[in-house]
Amino acid sequence: MPFSFLLLVLAGLSVIAYRFGVSRARAVAPGRQAVLHSRPMYHGLYVAIWCGIPALLVAVAWVAMQPILVKGLVMGGLPDAYDALPKARLDLIWNDIRNLALGDVVRADPAPEIQAAAETFRRLYTIGNAALTVLCLIAAPLAARYAVRHVSIDLRARNRVEAAITVFLVASSLVAIFTTVGIVLSLLFESLRFFAKVPVLDFLFGLHWSPQTALRADQVGSSGSFGAVPLFSGTLLISLISMLVAVPVGLMSAIYMSEYAHRKFRAVAKPLLEVLAGIPTVVYGFFAALTVAPFIRRAGEAMGLSVASESALAAGLVMGVMIIPFVSSISDDVINAVPQAMRDGAYALGATKSETIRNVVVPAALPGIVGGVLLAVSRAIGETMIVVMAAGLSANLSFNPLDAVTTVTVQIVTLLTGDQEFDSAKTLAAFALGLVLFCVTLGLNVFALHVVRKYREQYE
Amino acid sequence: METAILRDTMHTLSDTHAPEGEAAPMTAKIEARQTNVHYGDKHALKDVSLDIREGEVTSFIGPSGCGKSTFLRCLNRMNDTIDGCRVSGTVMMDGEDIYDPKIDVVQLRARVGMVFQKPNPFPKSIYDNIAYGPRIHGLAANKDELDEIVLTSLEKAGLLAEVKDRMEAPGTGLSGGQQQRLCIARAIAVSPEVILMDEPCSALDPIATAKIEELIDELRENFTIVIVTHSMQQAARVSQRTAFFHLGELIEVGDTEQIFTNPKHKLTQGYITGRFG
Ligand SMILES: Nc1ncnc2c1ncn2[C@@H]1O[C@H](COP(=O)(O)OP(=O)(O)OP(=O)(O)O)[C@@H](O)[C@H]1O
Ligand SMILES: [Mg+2]
Repeated sequence: MPFSFLLLVLAGLSVIAYRFGVSRARAVAPGRQAVLHSRPMYHGLYVAIWCGIPALLVAVAWVAMQPILVKGLVMGGLPDAYDALPKARLDLIWNDIRNLALGDVVRADPAPEIQAAAETFRRLYTIGNAALTVLCLIAAPLAARYAVRHVSIDLRARNRVEAAITVFLVASSLVAIFTTVGIVLSLLFESLRFFAKVPVLDFLFGLHWSPQTALRADQVGSSGSFGAVPLFSGTLLISLISMLVAVPVGLMSAIYMSEYAHRKFRAVAKPLLEVLAGIPTVVYGFFAALTVAPFIRRAGEAMGLSVASESALAAGLVMGVMIIPFVSSISDDVINAVPQAMRDGAYALGATKSETIRNVVVPAALPGIVGGVLLAVSRAIGETMIVVMAAGLSANLSFNPLDAVTTVTVQIVTLLTGDQEFDSAKTLAAFALGLVLFCVTLGLNVFALHVVRKYREQYE
Repeated sequence: METAILRDTMHTLSDTHAPEGEAAPMTAKIEARQTNVHYGDKHALKDVSLDIREGEVTSFIGPSGCGKSTFLRCLNRMNDTIDGCRVSGTVMMDGEDIYDPKIDVVQLRARVGMVFQKPNPFPKSIYDNIAYGPRIHGLAANKDELDEIVLTSLEKAGLLAEVKDRMEAPGTGLSGGQQQRLCIARAIAVSPEVILMDEPCSALDPIATAKIEELIDELRENFTIVIVTHSMQQAARVSQRTAFFHLGELIEVGDTEQIFTNPKHKLTQGYITGRFG
């Protein structure tokens, strides 16, 4: 029975177990439900959990163990001559066996002992799966029977079910936490491996980036140099351009929305603005590459400037548009959180509306706005798709917005696409860049959230 | 209990109330005629006609929701800032209709200052809180004049001694009572003719309240004051005239002494003796 089908059957059995539990609970206290410690539903759930969970755990453990056991048995069954082979060679053979067994395309006419091994492999899997099915189909009803026997007036089924639910919730959140921790650790370790090949200081302060390393020892001209400063400066330049677009536009539109706009207009315009945030970044990307960049190039030429066809300006402008809704919706929130009393105070002194906004509302909201802008900055720094499509690949150390520059995210993408050994300096450099990116955006986020939270407290 | 309050009240009155015929100015500073206010469909203020006399403290009393704040806000057109609020009828100040389109509300509000129920200092320094009004109205030609205005306003509000060493500290860092006096100083700083106060002491403790009441009594010399209050004793202590509102209508207005000792309307009587409200 395939594994997914087994899961379905287990679920079905649990439903049946639930019914048994409920009716059992009714039976032990006929007509006097009030004397039951827990409502029948909880007894049902209690039995269902006993039915489903242990069998599920067994199945998962089995599925995790089976490949290891099978590999050991199959490889052990090969003729003794194979034992002496190097590990890499054995891995290849193991691959052949598996492919053969699973019916994938393999090299023509494999050796007879390989064919035999594949046959063993297939047989072992069949046996294993069958055994698992039988085991589950016996274990589940047995456990359910055990639980049904326990159903009695005093059984604290509700507490047990609640405890089981808590365990389940804890497990779910642990999955999220451990995944994050795992990602960070892998970033860290791979970066350390990179820094074993390239000194940290060369990486952080080197001015020259050309990650082409020699594939073969006899290749020339591609020694590889990993000075990341041009990437940092490119990222900075593009983020700066995008913030120059997003902050004024976002802030002004937030002020208009929260202070001037009629309620009806606001009801329409605000969701429309937020649609901007819903556009997939890849769409922005080709908009930048196919529309904005050529336009800037032509405009630049008309003015007699030389503009790279993948200019930082194009990517930055489009990224700025993408970020407008972040700035405007956070600013709108914080401006709305400024108490009306503050505005009334200014109006009562005879301040006009724009004076009130400039001198009272915006200064009062400033910490929150700054927080929102910082969040937007970290968004801009981590943005990938637009720059991959619209910014260049050449790592120029330039602050001219008309030049092509490249960013950290673009380089990560180019480092990892293409044929490279996994542990070459080139691939590992991507992890080091990722680590830098992670540290910067994490720092920005933590700081920005702190600022925003402090601001909120001020008026609550 | 009730009688004790009243006796107390009358005692205070005989102390503070100027006897008839003395130089008490009797000209009306503000004359409201047939003033109506609607919030959307809600008719919040009905045909209110009332004179606010120059150089006196007028108090508005009445149960919650009766329209005291609404009427007060008519006097400096703060209702303009509320969506869906319509004001009709006339409100004359020094013989000019303040709802006339010719009138500039910015100038009107410079003449009619306001202090709110909750102290609302701006998130700026103490100095800038006071200096804000004079700055936007261009009342000071240079820094020295501005300093002068700030200091005298704080002095008049009785706050100078407490804050003179910390003028650059944020206004929001003061205590509630100090903040309220800061707001009063802020209102005084633009030299208004009328100061409106909407329950200025409701967020304060008795000592801070006493200070503000004292202050109001002093300010009466230079300003016309209107105060909304829920405390009958406060109305009796600080005001010369009292107006009683009920369900959006002005029920009775008269000298404070007369309202508290000899109310003409039985609603007024019921309210001041605490039978309802
Ligand atoms: N912004 C507004 N929108 C709609 N209705 C309002 C608004 N402000 C006040 N009202 C209504 O107008 C009526 C008078 O309100 P107002 O605030 O003047 O009462 P008040 O006498 O000051 O009461 P309180 O003593 O509780 O401050 C109330 O019924 C209130 O619900
Ligand atoms: Mg009120």
